[in-house]
Amino acid sequence: MSTLREQIQDVIETEPVALFMKGTPQLVMCGNSDRALRALLDAGAPVVAVDVLPDPRIRQELSEVSGWPTIPQVFVNGELIGGADITEELHASGELRRKLDEALGADREQTVTTVVLAAE
Amino acid sequence: MASDTIRTLLEQAFPDASLEVVDRTGGGDHFHVTVASSRFDGLPLIDQHRLVNSALAEPLADGTIHELRITTRGT
Repeated sequence: MSTLREQIQDVIETEPVALFMKGTPQLVMCGNSDRALRALLDAGAPVVAVDVLPDPRIRQELSEVSGWPTIPQVFVNGELIGGADITEELHASGELRRKLDEALGADREQTVTTVVLAAE
Repeated sequence: MASDTIRTLLEQAFPDASLEVVDRTGGGDHFHVTVASSRFDGLPLIDQHRLVNSALAEPLADGTIHELRITTRGT
């Protein structure tokens, strides 16, 4: 079994777009997570979402890994781009789409995946 | 009052800033801070927000701030 931190790092490092959020894309539990998710979807991102709510340690480990204190957190190609405010701002300026085009190509497929982290 | 604490911390971290602290729900734990400071000049958004987050590290960590929205501007 890998540790929770290894699982978090694995999602960040291997998924092109990772969103750590409260709730799931199907059942968003927080307005800010919703703002980040919508901006990503509007920009045509393939979103891999991790719900931080099932276990408080997910949030704690994530913030230690990223140095970012709040949820949501958005990573593109392993790099933290920010929380809801930055993601929305980058989307409004068109920079989010440019960043995604650069990282993933303009003809990317839009998918939404939910990852459930299960520590032992 | 949490808004006063937040304002004081931001004033200490960004002495030249023009600041706005809004209690979004009136409940004293959902805030929107707007900070315009020369310290942000030339910095990427993520680093601007990191500076604000670190100025407010204590109320973020102890749960005083339940939700934080950040708007930053250079000068």
